[in-house]
Amino acid sequence: MDLKILTYLVVGATFALYIGIAIWARAATTKEFYVAGTGVHPIANGMATAADWMSAASFISMAGLIAFLGYDASVYLMGWTGGYVLLALLLAPYLRKFGKFTVSEFIGERYYSKAARMVAVICLIVASITYVIGQMKGVGVAFGRFLEVDYHTGIGVGMAIVFIYAVMGGMKGITYTQIAQYCVLIFAYTVPAVFIALNLTGNPIPQIGLGSSMADGSGMALLDKLDMIVTDLGFAAFTAQKWSTLNMVLLTLSLMIGTAGLPHVIMRFFTVPKVADARTSAGWALVFIAILYTTAPAVGAMARLNLMETIQSGPVGSADGNMVYEQRPSWFRNWEKTGLLKFEDKNGDGRVQYYNDKNEEFATKAASFGWKGNEMVKVDRDIMVLANPEIANLPNWVIALVAAGGLAAALSTAAGLLLAISTAISHDVIKGMISPDISEKKELLASRLAMAGAILVAGYLGMNPPGFAAQVVALAFGLAASSIFPALMMGIFNKNMDNIGAIVGMLTGLLSTLLYIFWFKGWFFIPGTEMAANTPDNWFMGISPEAFGAVGAMLNFASAYVVSKITPPPPEHIQHLVEDIRVPMGAAKAQADH
Amino acid sequence: MSEQNNRQEYWRANLKLVAFCLSIWFVVSFLFGIILVDQLNAISLGGYRLGFWFAQQGSIYTFVVLILFYANRIGKIDKKFNVHEE
Repeated sequence: MDLKILTYLVVGATFALYIGIAIWARAATTKEFYVAGTGVHPIANGMATAADWMSAASFISMAGLIAFLGYDASVYLMGWTGGYVLLALLLAPYLRKFGKFTVSEFIGERYYSKAARMVAVICLIVASITYVIGQMKGVGVAFGRFLEVDYHTGIGVGMAIVFIYAVMGGMKGITYTQIAQYCVLIFAYTVPAVFIALNLTGNPIPQIGLGSSMADGSGMALLDKLDMIVTDLGFAAFTAQKWSTLNMVLLTLSLMIGTAGLPHVIMRFFTVPKVADARTSAGWALVFIAILYTTAPAVGAMARLNLMETIQSGPVGSADGNMVYEQRPSWFRNWEKTGLLKFEDKNGDGRVQYYNDKNEEFATKAASFGWKGNEMVKVDRDIMVLANPEIANLPNWVIALVAAGGLAAALSTAAGLLLAISTAISHDVIKGMISPDISEKKELLASRLAMAGAILVAGYLGMNPPGFAAQVVALAFGLAASSIFPALMMGIFNKNMDNIGAIVGMLTGLLSTLLYIFWFKGWFFIPGTEMAANTPDNWFMGISPEAFGAVGAMLNFASAYVVSKITPPPPEHIQHLVEDIRVPMGAAKAQADH
Repeated sequence: MSEQNNRQEYWRANLKLVAFCLSIWFVVSFLFGIILVDQLNAISLGGYRLGFWFAQQGSIYTFVVLILFYANRIGKIDKKFNVHEE
């Protein structure tokens, strides 16, 4: 069957499934809308959390990052999974015991301060909106490449689908849809990986295949072979470390505490019936996430190997060692059309030379072969996962499945973020600050309207992405790491932390991180306003702006601690509240109070 | 008074368990995956070098086991101190 028709069928079937679930799981009360009536089984919640968490970036971009960064990309793998350990051990069970709807509500009540709640709401909305732009872009790209529809139409269709199930079902609808989306995306991710691992190593399990020897009879380990191929062309070895150790440690830590502090992830743990369930649910979430995250390194390494071997098909430097451009495979042609892959025949020999011309030693050697510079002038990292099934010559239905998987990943994350935004507006701003006496029915209406509004804003920003869209993801993690995580952790583990200490801490963490990011990336990301070039020599102790969230968090902890020592301790009822959330007993009661 | 004491004892037991789990969390990721990666890469695990394996595979498996281990242990401690949910 024609690939395009097949893709329409597969994507259409998944969309019909999501809408069917939305009709079945409508929300009737605010409790169902915000926290799915706290009746979600921990394994189901774990699966929904995994879909919520794994975004278009995880599905599409991560393996590409690994393919080109090699070992250094480990920071993303460890950072985005290790955060769940912090979440399960330090935050989720206690926040579930507290038994309210939002993260900002906890901060507002624990620090008996509307100002603290306001700071938290602002961080939450900024972090969520920046994140959702990326998802909308992912939807547009996936539609554009596979269904050959216009980018804007693609985003429009995506918005309509999210609108139907998120506005109707709230958290309840989103949770059950996310479970379906998880199944689609994990199947779409692992099937091509299994085929490719089998092709290259004879072992169908990608995680084991990556550590096996090649099936080409050389008996060489796959990773050693990859190291050899890339270093032969002047690139750094795949398994070698390129970044400084300090920067790797801090970036990993920033991503971990940022993950644990992202409100749309924390919110998920309010949906389970018991405190004990919040703990196991985090474990289940990580099980489901780990299936993709441990497959990704295999996908990245194997895609790089296939790509290099396709282009450099013979010995380096021999006359016919390089692919003839006119004989390029069809995936090469397809991706050239999108502009994400670009070739320039610099030496006019009709063959493709792909090597590192920035490596002076190798460039001299290359010149002696008659090579005049790297001819693959653009190889976009993001195409690795999407082009993978085509590179490996897999059947059309696998390619159609990957399209549906990419859309599932983007839509599920977008829905979770939109819910976090609309809850913040209807529950924290409208009910919490503007009109506390609002009726249940009106609040539900308000949250539906806020959701609809958030979808329109997200769609608009997705269609007209601000130039800095890619940079702001670092901002989202920086904000969550430096402001939200420390405030939550101290609220639980330090009984004497008071309102002034917490607010000073949040502002110190937030402002220092923002300052550091803007210093190197321009004020509010406006090009030309950087105070110093964004290069390792200029960075403070070699710490990149993306890695500064961990430093901001430390400043937050330190300043909050000092201020809390010289200001009056929190009132007695707050100290009792902290004592109460530390024990699981009585969770049902806490929940009935709101 | 005894209720108060019991809760404090429970909290101390919990903190000890959390500290234990977080030290393993630190060792497998930051220590084995980043700081000692070169030393561990001298050892191979099939086609993997050990440091690289910890950074891209082993740390993630350990995180999963760690959370489930914590959930199980703290569940038993909840019962021991009689602070569990009904």
